[in-house]
Amino acid sequence: MAVLGAGGGTSSYEEIENTDVILLWGSNARNAHPIFFHHLLKGVHNGARLYAVDPRRSESAQWADVWLGIDVGSDIALANAMAKVIIERGLANTEFVERATTGFEAYARKVAEYDLARATEITGIPSNVIEEMAVAYATADRAQICWTLGITEHHNATDNVLALISLALLTGHVGRYGSGLVPVRGQNNVQGGGDMGALPNKLPGFQDIENDEQRGKFEALYGRPLPAKRGWHLTQMFEAMQAGKLRGLYVIGENPAQSEADSGHTRQALEGLDFLVVQDIFLTRTAEMADVVLPAAADWCEAEGTVTSSERRVQRVRKALEPPGEAKPDTEIISLLAGALGRGWGNPSAEEIWDELRSLSPPHQGMSYQRLEDLGGLQWPCPDDSHPGSQFLHARLWDEVVIDPAPFMPVDWAAPVDRLSDDYPLRMTTGRHLDGYNTGVQSGGFDSPIRIGCTIDVSPEDGERLGLEPDEVVRIGSRRGEIEAPVRIDPGLRPGLTFMALHYPDDVDINELTIEAWDPQSGTAEFKATAIRIDKIAVGVQR
Amino acid sequence: MSETVSIVIDGVSMAVPAGSTILEACRSTDNDQPTLCYLETLTPVNVCRVCVVEVEGSRTLVPSCSRVAEDGMIVHTDSERVRHSRKVVFEFLASSVDMSLTDDATKGWMDRYGCDPTRFGPQAGPVADRDHRHAGHHHAPTGDTAETVSQPVKVDNELYVRDYSRCVLCYRCVEACGIDAQNTFAIAVAGRGFDARISTEFDTGLTDSACVFCGNCVGVCPTGALMFRSEYELRNAGMWDSDRQSVTRTVCSYCGVGCNLELHTQDNRIVKVTSPADHSVTSGHLCIKGRFGYSYVQELGDLAVTPIDEVLARARR
Amino acid sequence: MDLRFIGAEVSEGEREAIHAAVPAAEVVEVDGRVVRTDRTSLRHHLLPALDAVQSAIGYVSEGAVDEIAHRLHVPPAEVYSVATFYALIQTEPRPPVVAHVCDDVACRSAADLVGELGDRDDVVASPCLGQCDRRPAVFFQRAGSPDLVAAPATASEVSSVLDGAESITLEPTVDAGPLLRRVGRVDPGSLDAFRSTGGYVALARAIEMGPEAVIAELETSGLKGRGGAAFPAGVKWESVRKQPTGPKYVVCNADESEPGTFKDRVVLEGDPFAVIEALTIAGFSTGATKGFIYIRGEYPLATERLRTAVAAARNAGLLGDDVAGAGFAFDIEVRRGQGAYICGEETALFNSIEGFRGEPRQKPPFPVFEGLFGRPTVINNVETLINVNRVLTEGGETYAASGTPDSTGTRLFCLSGDVARPGVYEVEFGMTLGDLIERAGGAAGDLGFVMLGGAAGSLVDASALDLRLTFEDARAAGVSLGSGVVMVFNTEVDMVDIVRRIARFFRDESCGQCVPCRVGTARVEEAVSRANGSVEASLIEDMDRAMKDASICGLGHTAASVVRSAIALGILGEPQ
Repeated sequence: MAVLGAGGGTSSYEEIENTDVILLWGSNARNAHPIFFHHLLKGVHNGARLYAVDPRRSESAQWADVWLGIDVGSDIALANAMAKVIIERGLANTEFVERATTGFEAYARKVAEYDLARATEITGIPSNVIEEMAVAYATADRAQICWTLGITEHHNATDNVLALISLALLTGHVGRYGSGLVPVRGQNNVQGGGDMGALPNKLPGFQDIENDEQRGKFEALYGRPLPAKRGWHLTQMFEAMQAGKLRGLYVIGENPAQSEADSGHTRQALEGLDFLVVQDIFLTRTAEMADVVLPAAADWCEAEGTVTSSERRVQRVRKALEPPGEAKPDTEIISLLAGALGRGWGNPSAEEIWDELRSLSPPHQGMSYQRLEDLGGLQWPCPDDSHPGSQFLHARLWDEVVIDPAPFMPVDWAAPVDRLSDDYPLRMTTGRHLDGYNTGVQSGGFDSPIRIGCTIDVSPEDGERLGLEPDEVVRIGSRRGEIEAPVRIDPGLRPGLTFMALHYPDDVDINELTIEAWDPQSGTAEFKATAIRIDKIAVGVQR
Repeated sequence: MSETVSIVIDGVSMAVPAGSTILEACRSTDNDQPTLCYLETLTPVNVCRVCVVEVEGSRTLVPSCSRVAEDGMIVHTDSERVRHSRKVVFEFLASSVDMSLTDDATKGWMDRYGCDPTRFGPQAGPVADRDHRHAGHHHAPTGDTAETVSQPVKVDNELYVRDYSRCVLCYRCVEACGIDAQNTFAIAVAGRGFDARISTEFDTGLTDSACVFCGNCVGVCPTGALMFRSEYELRNAGMWDSDRQSVTRTVCSYCGVGCNLELHTQDNRIVKVTSPADHSVTSGHLCIKGRFGYSYVQELGDLAVTPIDEVLARARR
Repeated sequence: MDLRFIGAEVSEGEREAIHAAVPAAEVVEVDGRVVRTDRTSLRHHLLPALDAVQSAIGYVSEGAVDEIAHRLHVPPAEVYSVATFYALIQTEPRPPVVAHVCDDVACRSAADLVGELGDRDDVVASPCLGQCDRRPAVFFQRAGSPDLVAAPATASEVSSVLDGAESITLEPTVDAGPLLRRVGRVDPGSLDAFRSTGGYVALARAIEMGPEAVIAELETSGLKGRGGAAFPAGVKWESVRKQPTGPKYVVCNADESEPGTFKDRVVLEGDPFAVIEALTIAGFSTGATKGFIYIRGEYPLATERLRTAVAAARNAGLLGDDVAGAGFAFDIEVRRGQGAYICGEETALFNSIEGFRGEPRQKPPFPVFEGLFGRPTVINNVETLINVNRVLTEGGETYAASGTPDSTGTRLFCLSGDVARPGVYEVEFGMTLGDLIERAGGAAGDLGFVMLGGAAGSLVDASALDLRLTFEDARAAGVSLGSGVVMVFNTEVDMVDIVRRIARFFRDESCGQCVPCRVGTARVEEAVSRANGSVEASLIEDMDRAMKDASICGLGHTAASVVRSAIALGILGEPQ
């Protein structure tokens, strides 16, 4: 979303209830974001037409008017072919394109390379369906594109997102009520983390660390210089660890030993560190490897603070429970650490820290705790105390004169890195179960009557071809490792496609299989496209 | 745009926005009315009939929850006709359903109308066949007792119980499971007449049904017929103590949608999770993780096992 | 939608029945790459799907529910919810032939067939089957064969049908006026015979006049609805005609289930084209292009004749895209009820057609604004509709000259119980109750009481024999003509038992949606079931007032009427 100026979903949930066409692209929100899906279904019940683009006919896709079962990692070819259709049929919003965007000619030249025949070959989707979706999207009064990790967990994640943004620019489906681009966030504060500057190149409020003026504000308040160069993102850090250039690591609330792709490599890298500190509420697999473990309170119920949702809504979290034992809120641990390092700043309250942040981050300026309390949260940007918060972003693109037009960013399709071959003929993709969450350290804690555990899901056709029975434990191999898991037959999968959920690394570590190939811009690994093989272990072995 | 209509309620003239219901008009002036099946976040089904009012010119009483105010309407909410119908309807309910866990406001209305649910005779005891009765067929009564919906509690999973002896058939759970929120449609009303009941297909247990355990049905139940297992076990153990509970509003720790939670805590333990109905993100509805996925913060291994932990553990297999 | 299925296997027979009856929501294209789903418009096929399985297999299994759910995208819990609403749909295995033996008010005093047949799993007691003129009656559901009726029936005949034999029914007794002139005289299966006896003259006249003039003629005629509410038919049609364009519907309510009522069945069996013609005129006049006839499931012969007639009319170009070459489109679908009295309530009937439980809707909105599928809808019962043919054939003024000024035309009365010649009597409004009973040969035995208007009507005694049978006289007397029921009980009849049966009927037939009716009908039955027929009148009065005032629909409003009249007549007394 950076091309549009700020990293956040452009629309509010309420708007999807009042839109006309929804492209749900690479998202099983029904399972992964159930309450967002409530809003989406209100839209569907209000008459919105829903297209679901997903290799799997997931629970979400089953709600669609039309499901498009594309090949994993072919999204750009589909988006570019749609753009070509839209341009050729004269359905582009030329008035908007001329006034509010730049770079259209180069974009048009690029997408011209994606005729329907080529797109069909790459995606597997017949041309008439691509045309239908393109026309429906372009001719809708209001339209939204919603996506999640099916778009971003690829080696070319940023290009995938750019391809979708370009569709919105081409049709003017952004910056207006009911039209927008909606990346739904996977974790309760991944939006807030980015907003607060937990990115290699950003300071809070999307201010650039390499911009002297913006960095200068922070230096002035802190009374000391800050590094003027962007840092490493996660994948670069692991590369640096492997290269011996990164020797010490302070991990707060992450479990990379299990969550990173190609976990064998990851653990090797962590083991090679001189010094590892883990601050967490659990003794995770990563924490087990640490030199020092700092027990943290669960911020959402044992501490005060704020988190930011996928609709840019900043909301308060509050302390309901005393943390157990010596666990402390993250802010307090960091403050104590600063003191121990001889640079103490006392032990400020969450509100005091927030007020400092507000003084530095323009989009958060108007969000006092009192207002957050009174208004049930506020959506950024909220620049002053009288501002109601922003329901949607980029309304400026509809100004008579657009000061800072949005650039088209033409992108090319590139196949997933992990190629299919005779040895690894099946595509494995990953995702969430309704009752699971990430590596399962939280969601594993309650008794879910619907938990099915880790399975390798295969299509009925592949199940039959390979002679697999439900619950039969099989060996699953990729170019990086091998694991075992029981079989589940899923009619929502097409032949050649398999699926595993990622919540059960203690039972089955699927990241033994996944590939470390990562997106150079975002650092996201390609969890969604692994080439695997499935072998029977022995007749009659059942779990 | 903001057109208004003028109506008179209990002699008080008022202008309300066009499209307002009579109930909304009443509540805008603190003239509260009893409701059971009505909930702001759900489509009115107007089945409980405790909110009926008298509209001049109308042959029968009308449900205030769904009847839209019309210009010139003259409404009486406390006429003898209204009081009589509400009284009898409450008596019908209380004579056939265990309403002991229904909210205090409802009990207040029943007192006000002088309800005597015993006047239909002594209540009949529990029966086991309510899920298998056929439409159009029932055993003729003797008239010695008043039939009830009393029946065994359904405890078939770790997260919530269904005690349909308390069910007033308000349809709220069906709506929350259905098109008004969750869209899972695991439950519906089966059977007919007095034998109508909330049911999964073929009365299958929840774990074999389409249920996804979001708990949104529990969240909207007005009578305690649907109850979280934690509350059920604590009540059974005599340890549920709302006076010692506090409610803290926070945000769910799972995905990035930003659902607001109300953590009901007692003795430094979460005993129930709800969501505020007036919050724009959730409208009071949650998913299984937000509703039930909290136990990781209070399963503390050797750190502490208190009496409340022992009771909460009974819900686990 | 992301349905979760029971996971039960569907049998080949079930699958065939379902697939033949209803379309599929999902269309899978290109090797399973693309799936298109019709998310909204198939729900209304639910009852036909259930009927198809019930008729073919004899009950609806878990596998069949799964298949229906998948085919129509209706969740299994909702399929079950709808299935269990209807008495004729079974969700548990059952013998292939089942006898529904009427033990309702007319039949129970003729014979105790249920008792004679004993306790067997292929015999169930039934509410009124609409065959009171030839009591006692039995309706058979037969898996794989057409359902049928035996009336009058004996225990041995019931046993032989349960063993596979066919059955016999008597021809009805008809005392015909203008409305019934073809019944029993003209072949109901022949369109030619219908046309050669004045059929389709009214439609031709309507087309010639145009919609506005048709409705003006109806208003001139003073025709009032015969379904119970006596609402002017012309006003109803005009309300729908005036609605802006867009889908509109006309519906014929043939769900005749009021105990003691059988006149619509006689019309449908004896003159089905007349109903089709009238409904076509309704479509033409209101701008509706689709009509439904919703006929009760216990009328297999009428259903078959109606379906045959619809097909014949369509073949002859009298239904379809260009009706009678007059340039308007209209077609009719016949829908079968499945055993639910409440579906005779107009909004419950809409819900039933739409594939939901037959639960009435709160009014307003009224059907002329938001009816079937939420669209403007005319709904008339069979008797009202066929009067339209007469109005257009004779002219409104001529029609208005018959009957009384406020009750124009003729009325079909269902004479049953202890009368010499039970049957349908078409008489001009204004005849007294006593004269009508005399016309049917008089009471058999000494007249004790008469049930007037139906189970939702009231009991009267001999003091009411001078009552003139008009809407206005009935209203003045505090009674209702209802569906034209005149059921006579002689002094031998155990009237307490009759009142209890009626209370039981409403307890069984309440949809259960609203509290006053759901619990009230149970409490009323309990109250009249106490020993010695003693009853606390004040308790009944309290309940009746609340049920009348606070129930959603007419069922609750009238469920205690007969009981209250029984108290007034001293049939039920205060406890000693």
